[in-house]
This record gives sequence, C-alpha cells and structure tokens, in this order.
Amino acid sequence: MKSLAQLGKYMLMLTVVFKKPNKWKYYFQRTINEIELIGVNSLPIVALMSTFMGGVIALQTASNMESPLLPDYTVGYITQSSTILEFSPTIISLILAGKVGSNVASEIGTMRVTEQIDALEIMGINSLNYLVLPKITAAVLFFPVLIVFSMALSLLGGWFSLLISDLTTTEIYVLGIRSFFDPYHITYALTKTFIFGFLIVSIASFYGYYVKGGSLDVGKASTQAVVTSSIAILISNFVLTQLMLLP
Amino acid sequence: MIEVKGLNKSFNGQHVLFDINHVFEEGKVNLIIGQSGQGKSVLAKCMVGLYEAEQGEVLFDGRNFSSMDREGRSLIRQEIGMLFQGAALFDSMSVEENVMFPLRMFTNMTRGEMQARVDFCLDRVNLAGRNKLFPAECSGGMQKRIGIARAISMNPRYLFCDEPNSGLDPKTSIVIDGLIKDITAEFNTTTVVITHDMNSVIEIGENIIFIHQGKKWWQGNSESIITTDNPEIGSFVYASEFMKEIRSLLQKKRP
Repeated sequence: MKSLAQLGKYMLMLTVVFKKPNKWKYYFQRTINEIELIGVNSLPIVALMSTFMGGVIALQTASNMESPLLPDYTVGYITQSSTILEFSPTIISLILAGKVGSNVASEIGTMRVTEQIDALEIMGINSLNYLVLPKITAAVLFFPVLIVFSMALSLLGGWFSLLISDLTTTEIYVLGIRSFFDPYHITYALTKTFIFGFLIVSIASFYGYYVKGGSLDVGKASTQAVVTSSIAILISNFVLTQLMLLP
Repeated sequence: MIEVKGLNKSFNGQHVLFDINHVFEEGKVNLIIGQSGQGKSVLAKCMVGLYEAEQGEVLFDGRNFSSMDREGRSLIRQEIGMLFQGAALFDSMSVEENVMFPLRMFTNMTRGEMQARVDFCLDRVNLAGRNKLFPAECSGGMQKRIGIARAISMNPRYLFCDEPNSGLDPKTSIVIDGLIKDITAEFNTTTVVITHDMNSVIEIGENIIFIHQGKKWWQGNSESIITTDNPEIGSFVYASEFMKEIRSLLQKKRP
C-alpha cells in the first residue's frame, strides 16, 4: 500500500515538474549547468569503467573459445553485441544511478532541510519545475552521449586487451565488430538510456524533494534513491527488451 | 493587511491550531509569540501556504489566498518577502545573485537596473560592497541581513520573518529588530514576525498575539504585555529570574 501511495505521489510530482518554466532563459542556463554537473563530470568514471569492462569482456570471450568450429572474429562480434545491447546502456546506467542519483537526491534534500525550497515557493516559483526539470532535460539529452562514448571506449578497450595479449589481430577484431551489426540495436540501446536517464534523475529528485528531518535523513534519502532507481532500471530494462527486441 | 479567519490545522490527527482569527495590520510589526511547540510557526506557514489548513481562510488585502490555485498563489507570493530562521540563502549563489534572484525571475529589468536595486537593498541592510561574498563566507547576522535584503528586493507588501534573532548575539539581534521596524515603516509593509525573543517583543511589538496550546490566547502590544495579569503570558514573559526581578520592580512602582 505504501509503495502504491509513493508511486502516486511520484506521478503527481511529475505533473508539477512538467509545467512551463518561469523564464525560458534561466531554464536553458540551468540545463547547460546541469549537463556539465551530471553529464560532463561523469565522463571520467564512464571512460574508466567502459575501457576496462570492454577489455574484460573481450578477454573472457577469447578465453572461453576453444572450439575450432567458431570463427576467430567471434570475439569481436560478442564484444560488440554485449557492449551495445547490455553493458553500455544498462551497466553504465546503474553506475550513473549511484553517482548522479545520490548527488541529485542529496543536493535537493539539503535544499529542503535548509528551507531553500520553501524560499523558492514563497517567492512564487514552482520549485519542482525550477529544480528538477533542467536536471531531467540534461540527463535525457546527455546520457545517450555518455553511452555512445562508453560503447566506443568499451570496443577500444576490447581491441587493446586482445592486442596486448596477442589473442587476435586488429583486422579480425574489426571484422567481428562489423559482423551481423544491426543498427536497430543502437536505437534500442539509446531508447533504454533515454528512459534510464529520466528514471534516475526523477526518482532521485523525488526522494530529495520530499525528505523530512535533517542531514541524517538526507543521507537515507540518497541511499533510497540509488536503490529504487537501480530497481527501476532493472525492471524497465526487462520490459523494454521484451517490447523492443522480441517480435 | 492580512486577515486570518477560523484557521484549523492538524498533523496525523493531532490538532495543532484551533480556530485562529486575527488581523495583521498594515504598516505595523505584528508579532506571533509563544513557547516552542505551541503552533506559531505552523500558523505562519499556513498563512503563506507552505502548510495547507484543514479549515479557515487567509485573506491578503481581501484576496482569499486559501481558495486560490497554484498560479493564483504564485502571484500573491510575488508580493511576499520572507526571512527564514536559517536565512535559507542559496549556497551556490553569491550575495548579489541571492538578492537579484527574485528580480531575475519576475521582472523585466535590465542588468543595470537590477544591479542598482541590489546595491540599494544591500546598502539598506548595511552590507554595501559585500556583493561577491558567498553565504558560507558570511556570519549568522550577515546571512540574516542578506535574507532581509532578498526579502525586500521586490518591494513586498507583506514581510514574514521566522525567528529572525535565533542564534544571534543580543547586539546583532537589536540591529535586525531595528531593520525590520524601519523597513516596515519605510515601505508600509504588513510585517509578521514569529519570535520568542522578549527583547524583540518589547522593542518592535506593535500588534502581538500569543499562541498557547494551538489557540490564540491573548492579543495586545508591547506595553500591555508587560502589565497583563494573564498567567500564561506571565509565565512566558517572566520566565527568567531577571525578568521576575523586573516584574517585582514594576509591581512596586504601581500605585
């Protein structure tokens, strides 16, 4: 029952978030700032994770390929499909749920407990719209860029790890990456990322905005935001895969 | 003028405010006083719509705030300035940006006009030249004064101050009280101050209500509060040994 009530409250929050901003000029300015805060600042962690994970995927695939019936380019093909279909959109989104989700929940939660949100409301500003909409816009616009970046680095990581381990050649790896490539998989991955970005920021904002109490409660809200958005990502990943990949 | 009619508020079935009726007068410093936990902050938050009252009305110069939708309330709120207990300044903005914020959001002023207004407001609270500081670099008293500057930047008709002296030393408290009193007279605002600071009560209280057990227990001014025989007021006003001493002196002076 409590979860249903929370879901209802979340939906009602979204109806207030998606209103016309007080001033478009400041909405765009804030969106640019948020792109830097939650997007550009996430580039290092995404780069690190993607490069090493791509390398590990390639090495693990190569180490399990003992059958002579499998062509050499299979390593590249499996690295490409694992990266595009699942690793970059889902695993990186789960990492971003931890980094961005906790950041958003604690920022908005701190504003709540220090009465900064009340101050916005008293001025006649729609605080949800002012605080949350630029963050959601930034996430849905920039997370797909991050994921494309992650895909590229993951494939590069795979190539580099295979090359230094002397397990394949560049030509065979590239052949594997290009084999059976379906551009629709990119559409699928970016659609998932768009929805994950929305879920991460809106859920984190929900927990931050409605926090009650003090700094301890802000910490709890931040943790709760990460847990809930991770669960939401996993469930929506399953649903989207059913809807988009299966006939 | 702000009129409160039959205001009732409860939290999780526990009644906090009972049938509050009062008129907060224009051009005067109206005080809401009472012990902690008696409902004075809840009353103020119901008046500005941060809490929804179960029953009752709040009228801002005859305009029924309680029955308005979000957009209607937003328009009234642009006429309200509020100083919060912890100042509630935006951490990520400088002093200047904090004071300029309402102007940027609600006016079509040019950058130069906004700058002039910010400088005027900061000068008014004796903070001229502190524009580029950040809230974290300011003392508690300075933060309160920046809060006042931000509250008056839009020339508000109504000014709310939630415990403006909490956490301040007596000397700084007197400065803040003086500012509130002067601004009220200068801009003819309807000022509502929530406090339990007896010095503020005596210094600036022109129209005072005492909230006790969620009810409007008493109404008067800074003179009548000293002489009233109401026992609850007595235990609030003369809580300290120092004030008890003053009462005995006053009683000796009475004919």
